[in-house]
Amino acid sequence: MSIKENVDGTLAVSGNRCPRGSAYAVEELRSPKRMVTATCRLASVAACAEDGTKTGQTVHPGQKGQPGLCDPRRVPVRSSVPCPKERVHELLVAIYARTVQGPVKCGDVVIENWMGTGIDVVASRSLE
Amino acid sequence: MKELRYDAVVIGAGAAGMAAALEIVAGGFTCALLDREDQLGGILPQCIHNGFGLHEFGKELTGPEFAELFAEKILASKVAIHLGTTVFSINAQGVADKEILCSSAANGVIRILCRAVVLAMGCRERNRGNIRIPGSRPAGVYTAGLAQRLVNIEGYVPGRNVVVIGSGDIGLIMARRMSWVGCSVKAVIEIMPYPSGLTRNIVQCLNDFDIPLHLSCQTTNIYGKDRVEGVEVTPLENGAPVPDKAFRIPCDTVLLSVGLVPENELSKEAGVELNAMTNGPLVDSTLMTNVDGVFACGNVLHVHDLVDWVAEEARQAGRHAVAWLKGERPKVQCRLKAGSNVRYANPGRLDPMRKNKVYLRSLIVKNDAVLELKLNNRVLRSEKKGHIQPSEMITLSVGPSDLEGAGSDAVLEVSLV
Repeated sequence: MSIKENVDGTLAVSGNRCPRGSAYAVEELRSPKRMVTATCRLASVAACAEDGTKTGQTVHPGQKGQPGLCDPRRVPVRSSVPCPKERVHELLVAIYARTVQGPVKCGDVVIENWMGTGIDVVASRSLE
Repeated sequence: MKELRYDAVVIGAGAAGMAAALEIVAGGFTCALLDREDQLGGILPQCIHNGFGLHEFGKELTGPEFAELFAEKILASKVAIHLGTTVFSINAQGVADKEILCSSAANGVIRILCRAVVLAMGCRERNRGNIRIPGSRPAGVYTAGLAQRLVNIEGYVPGRNVVVIGSGDIGLIMARRMSWVGCSVKAVIEIMPYPSGLTRNIVQCLNDFDIPLHLSCQTTNIYGKDRVEGVEVTPLENGAPVPDKAFRIPCDTVLLSVGLVPENELSKEAGVELNAMTNGPLVDSTLMTNVDGVFACGNVLHVHDLVDWVAEEARQAGRHAVAWLKGERPKVQCRLKAGSNVRYANPGRLDPMRKNKVYLRSLIVKNDAVLELKLNNRVLRSEKKGHIQPSEMITLSVGPSDLEGAGSDAVLEVSLV
């Protein structure tokens, strides 16, 4: 894939194999963005005890309350849309500061419209 | 001992197992889905990054989201789910019914009788012993996938200053993940002259964080007594290490991303023959192994790059198992052979009567590569494949128009030129 800057300042992309390629190339040069995926602390689940006994109760779809080797202690989350690259760190700090109260449904909004950017942070896994 | 009976049993409830099981119940047969973990999804719940599902669902999902979409279908289906259940043997030799012995905390030892078995156990990571890195044996050496589980599920960060050995995708993803949880990733060391992960992961996981990628470099020592203190890296020139140019990188943690091996201990005991190139079973055009009624799909068959292709292949295996249960067999199967510059091509046999999906891996890195198909040494057709490299699997469709009239002695050879 190659990119040329036209006289009027627009970018001409060639060699892309699909329409997404052209849009991605222009965005990557002008204002690179990244999807942010991380985890938040989960409040409803206690830590695994040293001896492996279960102190919290989590159920994933498919699991009918059987005790696990170790229950999840983090809720995976994602940004609803890509975040400007230079603000990724700031968004991560906000995500790590958040504790999610279970139960959680995949898609639940954890942080709404972060700093007025229109970026939501949503849970990417259901945990009861 | 509890005894159960199903038409088919699927071993492993990751993407492959779930996709195969759904096809089997959709075909009207009873099916059990077994997994030693307490949740559905296999490795997917710990792969919290996005990039899954573009082919399967038409959108970019994270691993847990991908798993959950399949898990919801499984829960709404007639598939009998047995989680926390470890299979310890498959007896498929010389008996009408196959016998699977497994155990769970809830039920003790269970004996399951079935007609068909689908192997979907996935793969496991190669570790330090597999690649024989010299040095001391301090704490702080992890496989990348183990570190991923610790960080993403259990909430432990296993170190501060990290060196990643091997540039496989899990290693690259973990380089970004560790950077995002506040670690400093010092370098990624790759023995080959090219990265073994996808290009987008090199850009988004290394370049974004200015993490140096040392190509053609071997890790020749791990230092430290109680905890890792550093690694010694020796550049290779013309394939030979140059000790004079060796350098040391201080770190407290080493993550290994040095390849995956299909997990076939159960298969071998069941009498399944393996392919030395893939470490997975040898399969025919219906993804059936040499043991009648035992099928294989997903990463236990050969290691895939994309979960979407795992699901696609597993659906095929599920459908073939349904056809087998109905007594349908392919009339003729010709051979598929890996030709020049092809590491392997799966499956090993093709059915000339229908469309066959072929997965292959290149041995070389090349731009403007052409894939050439030869039937009995006569060139059938060529396909432009653009840029190829060993880390990116190539897919190909071979249909009746290619294989018309091919008998069971016919050989289709696929080469990259």
